[in-house]
Amino acid sequence: MSAIYAMWLREVKRYLRSRVQIVASLAQPTMYLLILGFGLGPVFQEAGKGSYIQFVAPGVVGMSILFSSIFSGVGLLFDRQFGFLKETLVAPVPRTNIMIGRTLGSATIACIQGTLVLTVCMLAGFRPVSWGQFPIALLFMLLIATVFAALGTAIGSVLKDMQGFQIIMNFLVMPIFFLSGALFPLTNLPAPLSVLTHMDPLSYGIDALRSQLISVTHFGAALDAAVLGACAVAFLALGTRLFSKIEI
Amino acid sequence: MIQVNDLVKSFSDFRAVDQISFSVQPGEIFAFLGPNGAGKTTTIKMLTTLLKPTSGTLAIDGLDIARHPNEVRKRFGIVFQDPSLDNELTALENMEIHGVLYGVPARVRTERTEKLLKLFELWDRRDSFVKTFSGGMKRRLEIARGFLHTPKILFLDEPTLGLDPQSRNQLWSHVKHVNETEGVTVFLTTHYMDEAEKVAQRIAIIDHGKIVAQGTTAELKEQTKTDSLEGAFLALTGTTIRDESANPGADQMRQFSQMWRR
Ligand SMILES: Nc1ncnc2c1ncn2[C@@H]1O[C@H](COP(=O)(O)OP(=O)(O)OP(=O)(O)O)[C@@H](O)[C@H]1O
Ligand SMILES: [Mg+2]
Repeated sequence: MSAIYAMWLREVKRYLRSRVQIVASLAQPTMYLLILGFGLGPVFQEAGKGSYIQFVAPGVVGMSILFSSIFSGVGLLFDRQFGFLKETLVAPVPRTNIMIGRTLGSATIACIQGTLVLTVCMLAGFRPVSWGQFPIALLFMLLIATVFAALGTAIGSVLKDMQGFQIIMNFLVMPIFFLSGALFPLTNLPAPLSVLTHMDPLSYGIDALRSQLISVTHFGAALDAAVLGACAVAFLALGTRLFSKIEI
Repeated sequence: MIQVNDLVKSFSDFRAVDQISFSVQPGEIFAFLGPNGAGKTTTIKMLTTLLKPTSGTLAIDGLDIARHPNEVRKRFGIVFQDPSLDNELTALENMEIHGVLYGVPARVRTERTEKLLKLFELWDRRDSFVKTFSGGMKRRLEIARGFLHTPKILFLDEPTLGLDPQSRNQLWSHVKHVNETEGVTVFLTTHYMDEAEKVAQRIAIIDHGKIVAQGTTAELKEQTKTDSLEGAFLALTGTTIRDESANPGADQMRQFSQMWRR
């Protein structure tokens, strides 16, 4: 237990100390929000779908959680290169605990990041339809963060260098983002695209956020919760397995 | 305390450790000496559960390492040859996290941390980030951290690398102290023959992944008909210089990470 807490605390401390990085990582979601939000707003409105800012804000929050949790999960790669990973791997605690602590730390960071982005969204004019559901939205954010932090740790456990990370970025993380319906509604898509969006865990995450924040949902919040929960368990199991097999 | 039989480690088709066997008795200080690239660190990595052997068996305190890695980890402490500190944390925080991971009770942790940081002259810098430390200071912190808990076996992989003479003295007298008072078994590597001669009760010399000689300093000298450990070492391993293979990946990663942190 204390090992989990120690690893969690370490991740969070390191994050809170990197102020510049925190601000810098808000830039990308803000750009998506403002440029797409205001750029596509008129077309969206004309199509009779309402305000695009309202629609895209949960998507942008989901995006920032995705990127932030994957990045900090992959922070494992730096710990491997700078050596600190060894120190934790020889410690007399089950590697599962080390992995869980790291992953929860990454998930916490991603949640803070998501909350910051949500604040930026509100500054740009986004309004949740009901404040009552806000706490549930936060829980969904934590669930999304756990799913992708675990995936990040799993990936970080098998990668050995930065080249591998680029490949993962381009062929896994970006598709997860673009296929998630963060930027467009999931209705009336061509069949192949529709299939892909249904296979993307983030689709359910962003749908869940929309269900709580703007009362719009494609899958229904119950299915969203079930899929996210199952993914979290699966990725944690995978991450634990890969992490405990790390050799240095 | 340590029992190694026919240990082999191959990296693709290269045999870094080639069929070695040796044992270390409880309470012994055992030195593992050999030229660069001989296979010392690779052996220590296998003994400390970081690397799986290609074949052969390893046991620590009677426990098979492959089958009981968690139990084995409870029995040893290690000072690595390569850096293993968290640069983004302070000296004190590095000690703290180690203490928690090794289950050192909070009171003991605080007491020992202070004692060790004072011993290795880092107490004044305890709240500085490790990234602001000099190479030798980082090294001293790694060593202080290694002594925070009292293991049954202590692995020291070139602990004096980059240390000034004062710190080296401090280190070896502390090693002898824990060995004598707490019965800690010590497995060490070093390239300084005088250090090995002074502290080690038994020595194994490894070259090209094979153990070429084992015994006390006196036995090794006698076997090679030389009058110093250094002479014996050179007689056993020859005088050619071994190339240390560079690691181009690490440099690139460091650059990338610096970019990343901006
Ligand atoms: N991960 C790896 N992949 C391929 N080769 C490796 C790997 N790790 C070590 N080696 C090789 O195994 C050999 C033994 O390396 P090792 O680090 O054990 O040497 P050492 O005795 O500790 O040397 P030094 O005194 O320089 O620390 C070297 O030739 C090294 O290049
Ligand atoms: Mg070595």
